[in-house]
Amino acid sequence: MSGFERKAVIAGVYEHPTRWAPDKTMFQIHAESARGVLADAGLTIKDVDGFFTSGVGPIGIMSLCEHLNINPRFLDSTSIGGSSFVAHVSHAAAAIAAGLCDVALITYGSTASSERFAVGTGGGFTGDPPDHFESSYGPTVVGSYAMCAQRHMHEFGTTSEQLAEIAVTIRRHASLNPAAKFRDLITVDDVLASRIVSSPLHLLDCCIISDGGGALVVTSAARARDLRKKPVQILGASEALCHTAAGVRDLTDMAAKQSGPRALSMAGVAHKDIDMCMVYDSFTITVLETLENLGFCRKGEGGAFVQDGRIGLGGELPINTDGGGLSSNHPGMRGMFLVIEATKQLRGECGARQVKDCAIALCHGTGGMLGLRHSGATLILGRD
Amino acid sequence: MAEKKYAKPLPRIDEESKGFWEACQRHELRVQKCHDCGAFRYYPRALCPHCLSDRTEWVLSSGRGTVYTFTVTHQNQAPGFRDALPYVMAYVELDEGVRMLTNIVDCDPAQVKIGMPVQVIFEDVTPEVTIPKFKPL
Repeated sequence: MSGFERKAVIAGVYEHPTRWAPDKTMFQIHAESARGVLADAGLTIKDVDGFFTSGVGPIGIMSLCEHLNINPRFLDSTSIGGSSFVAHVSHAAAAIAAGLCDVALITYGSTASSERFAVGTGGGFTGDPPDHFESSYGPTVVGSYAMCAQRHMHEFGTTSEQLAEIAVTIRRHASLNPAAKFRDLITVDDVLASRIVSSPLHLLDCCIISDGGGALVVTSAARARDLRKKPVQILGASEALCHTAAGVRDLTDMAAKQSGPRALSMAGVAHKDIDMCMVYDSFTITVLETLENLGFCRKGEGGAFVQDGRIGLGGELPINTDGGGLSSNHPGMRGMFLVIEATKQLRGECGARQVKDCAIALCHGTGGMLGLRHSGATLILGRD
Repeated sequence: MAEKKYAKPLPRIDEESKGFWEACQRHELRVQKCHDCGAFRYYPRALCPHCLSDRTEWVLSSGRGTVYTFTVTHQNQAPGFRDALPYVMAYVELDEGVRMLTNIVDCDPAQVKIGMPVQVIFEDVTPEVTIPKFKPL
């Protein structure tokens, strides 16, 4: 029995097909994604009584409800970076289990690419207290992750070749996804030959930047019985934060170290039960450290773990079967797509990239800047 | 020599942080230590993030430390930084035990290594603001 007592399920998913949308607004991508997910679930906009979103500004959720002309009785715009939409799923499940809403719509939309928003190499200054001790030194998103990679290499002997293997594997998965932005196969040498953005991370260690969006519907198990698609069970969930800890944090620790074991325990499953994993892949180092911190291997063994096809389709733990943020799409906050792909895998809808007999999937979103402060949200999903 | 206007973000000096920034103006690196639990902390703040005591000592740091980790940034489109590429951003672990984000300057970026001993230096960037950075010892 899960902590949500299996009262809530994922009843619909929709990934907006766009990767480049100069002809659309961000709100339009939200609305088109809402239309898509409601069609997938077999519901209408009139059924929605809970609404969840992030990335539309501090009070943008109100404008977005106005745009969609909905008047939900439960609202949540939890904003913890790219992992927000993973967290929204568990928040929605909790709200549904508590009877606070019955049909929860979660939407995401972004035109980061067509607006030429510097996602990785821009600053990200919020004006919050820590910024005043950081912004003068030129922190970028890439640089923040790069400092973690540098430390990991120093402590454990992790190599650029091992990191590159992650990008190569995920690109191979992208080649099987007709919607992926980059589908041409790459080699370890290609990654190493790409220019350094922030040492030790090369361009091909970094996620792409795209436009895009998507949506999810979470509803009660009872309501889902009559809907179009087979529901996907929400078995376990947890969230966590990692910050500089007043100046003493170990930079090889991630929030996943806290949220992963809690989510697995809540779901009552072990690592060996996980058939596939959707890991936030903002950078190759994010994947390596996430797998270690979730406990799929020991700290320092990530470099060896990602070799030999283990994280590829057909391997013991296929990850990011959609092509991930490294190759398919990354409009700035990728958590939404982790849940969409895991759900499609559990529904058996993934065609050439389908994981055989996929019964339990793990999603882990990371948000913020790994080397400064970041969030983690873990979700365990199961086939009905 | 005519200096170009300082284009990087300036810290806001407020009630919680002014002890730090005023010390920097005097070219002193001061680190907060909790009078009650004895723990050092960085960045500075009014209440101890270990025990929430507001009894704080500003300890004069030796200004020495070692590089805990670093990155050589080759791409940053932000004003002030795009002209400074490539630059070294690093966490320096001070002798007092806390790590601070900073830049390593006055050296070839290719020479920076984890564990390298460094010493604080001060850059007076405006009449009000002095930024602490580190150079190899």
